[in-house]
Amino acid sequence: MTDIEIKHHLTDALLMAYSAGSLPEAFSLTVATHISMCDDCRARLGAFDAMGGAMVERCDSVAMSAGSLEATMRRIRAAGPLAAPAPRAKSSLPQPLHDYIGGDLDAVKWRSVGMGVKQAILPTSRAATARLLYIPAGAAVPDHGHRGTELTLVLQGAFVDEVDHFGPGDIEIANEDLNHTPVADIGADCICLAATDAPLRFRALIPRLAQPFLRI
Amino acid sequence: MTPTTDRKRKENEDWVACISRIREAQDEAAFARLFAHFAPRVKAFLMRSGADATLAEECAQEVMATLWQKAHLFDPSRASAATWIFTIARNRKIDALRKQKRPEPEDLPWGNEPEPDQADVLALQEESDQLGDAIAALPEKQRVLIEKAYFSDLSHSEIAEQTGLPLGTIKSRIRLALDRLRHAMK
Repeated sequence: MTDIEIKHHLTDALLMAYSAGSLPEAFSLTVATHISMCDDCRARLGAFDAMGGAMVERCDSVAMSAGSLEATMRRIRAAGPLAAPAPRAKSSLPQPLHDYIGGDLDAVKWRSVGMGVKQAILPTSRAATARLLYIPAGAAVPDHGHRGTELTLVLQGAFVDEVDHFGPGDIEIANEDLNHTPVADIGADCICLAATDAPLRFRALIPRLAQPFLRI
Repeated sequence: MTPTTDRKRKENEDWVACISRIREAQDEAAFARLFAHFAPRVKAFLMRSGADATLAEECAQEVMATLWQKAHLFDPSRASAATWIFTIARNRKIDALRKQKRPEPEDLPWGNEPEPDQADVLALQEESDQLGDAIAALPEKQRVLIEKAYFSDLSHSEIAEQTGLPLGTIKSRIRLALDRLRHAMK
């Protein structure tokens, strides 16, 4: 997936938190999916992992229990050789996202949220929500703000909002300061993976009433 | 080059050699050496991250057992032994302490090179040392911030708010990592 040109990347803070393992699952899924599409961010993640390695090297050691090496060898013998990983499924989607959908885009169970926009919530821990969004060409997601952070990764098509134009592989990182109305490019339907750690705030009344039912 | 970095580099090369002896000959003596160095550090890392001594001991053993089982997946042109062990320990920590999942990026298609290029291996091990030195040389306050990010689960917005975070220090490392990756993909 190196043939697309990506303009909008992950921040250092997100990469560091992903490397340290402190992101909620929905965010990790979005970060892992972007990295699967973006060699730049993959290389930057390598540097943050190296920082983790330096942290382990710097740790004062805590003595292991007596006999722990022998106990570990027993674990190794009991476990036997590692099972070969399952062959990678052919997919138009990056592997981590494919795994959460349980298939390709045609396996997604879309639900309409009105105005032609559809969504599918992916199974992650409740600390944050990951959803696929389907925005028909030229349609808009209702104007909304954020209490927390929203990551929006374009998988297909493109959208435009008050910030910029976002194409395949681009990720928009929105926080409390941003109210935006993403509009899908007129050329093609847009499919995004979005992660939020707090409910969105819609500015219009109707979406606000519908919010508890839609979980958006 | 100072004697310390010289010794350090020799140590890194030793760890890489130990892992390949496990992969190629199930060498228990090589494993014992890695265990003596890394298991107590992994245990300390897990305890600083909030595990009690019993859980940390258990998890550190599991991490070292995983090292044995996955020795064939270790690529010294992409990570130092310490970095690779960190990623195993981090995954175990998320699983055991946070009961979360952390989806991994898709693996790169690495072509048909069975053996990594020795020059790449040396360059990476050296960069890892330099990064360690750079962190050791940081003012106390900045170092503590990095430690907090890796040990105590700072949220990503907390990390973003830490204006004192010395990310500039690692920018040159990041650049090198990027260049090497591009080289590896050719």
